Amino acid sequence: MNSSQLLSFVTFAYGFAATFYVAAWVFKKTMPARLARWAAIIGVVVNVAGFILRWKESYDIGYGHAPLSNMYESLVFFALTIGILYLFVETRYKTHIVGAFATPIAFLAMAYASLSPNISDKIQPLIPALKSNWLIAHVVTCFFGYSAFAVAFGVSIMYLIKSRASEKENGLLARLPGLKMLDELTHQMVMFGFLFLSIGIITGAVWANSAWGTYWSWDPKETWSLVTWFVYATLLHARMMRGWYGKKIAYLSIIGFAAVLFTYFGVNYLPGLHSYGSV
Amino acid sequence: MKSTNPVWKFFVSVKLTVFLLLSLAATSIIGTVIPQNADPEVYFHKFGPFLFRLFDVLDIFDMYHAWWFQLLLLLLVSNIVVCSIDRLSATWKLIFPRNLVFKPARFEKLEKKERFSVKRPPDALEAAYTAFAAKKFGRRQIDKTEKGFVVFAEKWRWTRLGVYIVHLSVILLIVGAIIGSLFGFKGFANIPEGESVDHVRLRDSGRMLPLGFTIRCEDFNISFYDTGAPKEFRSSLTILENDQAVVKKDIIVNDPLRYRGISIFQASYGEMAPEKKPDHDFSTENIQLNFTVKASGMVYKRKVEIGKPVDIPEGHGTFTLMEFNPSAEFRGQNIGAAMFGVLSPLQGEPVEVLLPLHFPNFDKMRRGEVVISVADQEAETFSPAQKDDVRYYTGLEVNKDPGVWVVYSGFIIMIAGCFITFFMSHQQICIEVSRKGDNSDVRVMGIANKNTMGMQRKVEKIAGHLAKLRGNP
Repeated sequence: MNSSQLLSFVTFAYGFAATFYVAAWVFKKTMPARLARWAAIIGVVVNVAGFILRWKESYDIGYGHAPLSNMYESLVFFALTIGILYLFVETRYKTHIVGAFATPIAFLAMAYASLSPNISDKIQPLIPALKSNWLIAHVVTCFFGYSAFAVAFGVSIMYLIKSRASEKENGLLARLPGLKMLDELTHQMVMFGFLFLSIGIITGAVWANSAWGTYWSWDPKETWSLVTWFVYATLLHARMMRGWYGKKIAYLSIIGFAAVLFTYFGVNYLPGLHSYGSV
Repeated sequence: MKSTNPVWKFFVSVKLTVFLLLSLAATSIIGTVIPQNADPEVYFHKFGPFLFRLFDVLDIFDMYHAWWFQLLLLLLVSNIVVCSIDRLSATWKLIFPRNLVFKPARFEKLEKKERFSVKRPPDALEAAYTAFAAKKFGRRQIDKTEKGFVVFAEKWRWTRLGVYIVHLSVILLIVGAIIGSLFGFKGFANIPEGESVDHVRLRDSGRMLPLGFTIRCEDFNISFYDTGAPKEFRSSLTILENDQAVVKKDIIVNDPLRYRGISIFQASYGEMAPEKKPDHDFSTENIQLNFTVKASGMVYKRKVEIGKPVDIPEGHGTFTLMEFNPSAEFRGQNIGAAMFGVLSPLQGEPVEVLLPLHFPNFDKMRRGEVVISVADQEAETFSPAQKDDVRYYTGLEVNKDPGVWVVYSGFIIMIAGCFITFFMSHQQICIEVSRKGDNSDVRVMGIANKNTMGMQRKVEKIAGHLAKLRGNP
């Protein structure tokens, strides 16, 4: 059993969880929700196992580094952080409907990692620039930030769907959590994500200063992470100081997540120092 | 601080904050799409004369240092400072009130209140409830009422300062960056193995800056993984002060050398042209060549002059020396100083002959009847493209940034400030216990300045916990 096989299973588990969360919402049944929760829990556990096994495998080959060094590994970790964060939200807010909007993102990340022809699941050695203790701190914090924004995105979509048809009584939409709770959840997730994005940018800056001698060089990935930071900073100020809530916040959260996606994927098509993220 | 000053009014607005944040986000994108600080020719070729002129005027090619971008940053800082000062005085009074007053009316207004009853009178519960409130909240006040008592308790009033801490951190980042750009420098130096520099070239102006000490590169090594990907770039450096070695360190990427506030980073490397010692003492006046005739194995030494043909012994024709090149190339490889001549056999076409000074066997490769070489020169083995023989230079980034510690303290303060602002709130709780026959009717209410839903969950928890307390017998 190698890590790639375990991680293929994770793709399946998240896909199963996503399907049953949607089924639980559509058919208003608790049984699929329970199955979905177990699939998500098993997915997260195996995801962690696959992550650890891959770490060990890299030592066996003689490269010896945390599996956080390329696109495949980052997608696996992204899916893991979404899984963990979602299970936390489900437990804390006692609602499984959010699962129908959050677990599909984890599934898509895993499916993209496993199926895209441009992404290699081979364990590669670390290039000199990545050989640093900051690697783990930087990537882990960034991805907790990204995944919080991903969950916030899912919840914002729910908000917009719910608010659009709130007048006419529709069973499917009526079963979505209340607008107030969705709005609050978006806000909570954005705050969590903002804290972690900030720590991610900061650890990256400290790392850059020890590797390249400058903590900020306006490299496209740095700049895009800052753009993302500005968008969410706008959201937080608009909400706390101007009293924005609901739809406006949901739209800002969606724009923010688009910036996250560009920081994550789009930047690889631009020239810059972070080019190893594309391999 | 209420002011009618129009400048103050302009900067105190949160609309301005939103506008500035979004403008910075939008304009920052430009520099990620158009590569920055490239050669003007490249831009001209790419955008054509009109757009090139326009972008050039707007400093688009170095936009993060353009006046308009820096102005946006300056406006943001002014906005932050003014907003913070404007609100801080009010917050300050809230955080450090002369005397703490709990207002029951604020709790009464709450939509959600937890309510339960306990089969014990209020007197029996008072000590346990007070102790609980003290443990969970710290600051408390107990008031007697007609039917029982009320406990008010609160904690984390100071967390209202969180947002000012975040704002302070942003200002520290900007101040640190300004200190860095005023009192620091960014330079680079390429040092061949075995050589040293005491100047670096500045990145922005191209000016040479004396360091006040000398950096010598003893050795540069590059290692590869079996995949061919680079594994490590390592430079062995020595710092010299007045020709005395004071520090020795191997630097690799991610592990720089810091000396007297200056940091030296492994940035790049390159191969030196494999040029040997310069042949200054070599004179073209008195050149002697060795002619080795293959058939007899005899070696003849002949004096030659440029442009004058000499006869080759044993009837192998004539040789004319054409020129001397101190740095000749052979198949794209530098082979150092070399002679170039033409061999004209008695029969057949003349051939061109290259005679590197340091490689006497070089002409054997021609597989001719005669092997010609330059006499009385130090011999070396000619080994094309042997990696071990390649002489490297190390590319060092040499920087000084006295503002970096201000920036780093900004980083720490920002993380702490964000945590306080987002996840801690000023929480107040009110537990009201009233006698109802032999029992007590308990109401628990809580308010927080942030995260109302989180506070509601907390109040539920507290109520659940209190309901289990039995109190005094």
